[in-house]
Amino acid sequence: MANGSLITDEMHKLVGKTLDTVVFKVEEGAIQRYAQAIGDPNPLFNDLDYAKSTKHGRLLAPPGFTGWPIKAGRPTEKLFAFLVKAGAPPRILDGGIEFEFIEPIGAGDVLTATSKIAKVTERETKLGKTMFTTAEVTYVNQKGNTVVRSWATIIQF
Amino acid sequence: MAKQVYYEDVEVGSEVTPLPKIATTRMLVQWAGASGDFNPLHYEEDFAKAMGVGAPIVHGALKRAWLGQLMTDWVGEEGKLKKLSCQYRGMDYPRKMKTMEEPHDGQTWWCKGKVTKKYEEGGQHIVECEIWVENGKGEKTTPGSALVALPARK
Repeated sequence: MANGSLITDEMHKLVGKTLDTVVFKVEEGAIQRYAQAIGDPNPLFNDLDYAKSTKHGRLLAPPGFTGWPIKAGRPTEKLFAFLVKAGAPPRILDGGIEFEFIEPIGAGDVLTATSKIAKVTERETKLGKTMFTTAEVTYVNQKGNTVVRSWATIIQF
Repeated sequence: MAKQVYYEDVEVGSEVTPLPKIATTRMLVQWAGASGDFNPLHYEEDFAKAMGVGAPIVHGALKRAWLGQLMTDWVGEEGKLKKLSCQYRGMDYPRKMKTMEEPHDGQTWWCKGKVTKKYEEGGQHIVECEIWVENGKGEKTTPGSALVALPARK
């Protein structure tokens, strides 16, 4: 830890490595509860009969269903654990996220989420010395197609 | 849902149909359950104070989900949301509940957006937007961007 840097050699070594893989099934009820919690009445996310009558043939998951917590909460949780173990500051804020939606996700899909640390940087902010980690998660469906990629910013101080 | 928007209907500067939202303590509990984010920062007064945010705050990911709805509502079933990003810049505090169903009076949040670019690429009609959630004072607490493909009439 040179010059009071928050980023340790151990953290540098974590960058780019796959740190966790989680498999989860996309369930109808989970999609409906998610849409209801947002207050999104879109029938594609709520109405089984309607969704089945569309070209998709099943309930679709709203964008961001694969966001940080969703059942795949675990991949990013595990990243935090690795970072904290490697000496990162314990206070965490969610800085934001970027999604690339490649194919629709729907009920019945079985997704494999693979997560890694894409980048670690630090700078002085009003919170003091602050570390920014980009957590990259790739979701692949049961057909082997990549359906979503996301990059979340984790702020630690 | 609103009628389908087409590529020809929008120009740089066009508005994405705004979406109003009211964050309540009840909604935060519902979101915690649906998303699996049980951080007490979003429901426990003392914990939120100790974390330095004063009171429980709205989940960033919930505001992000609102922005997802803003865009899927706007592009309709024939459009496709291809990219979405946002940053959690400002804290938002939910309205408390007055009855089982009704919140107290207070602010309403608006999800908004406007078109920044439109172009054809690889046979697709692409539209890029600046999007954000603004609070009752008009402050953009959650700025972001989206990239969509819209159907074309021709």
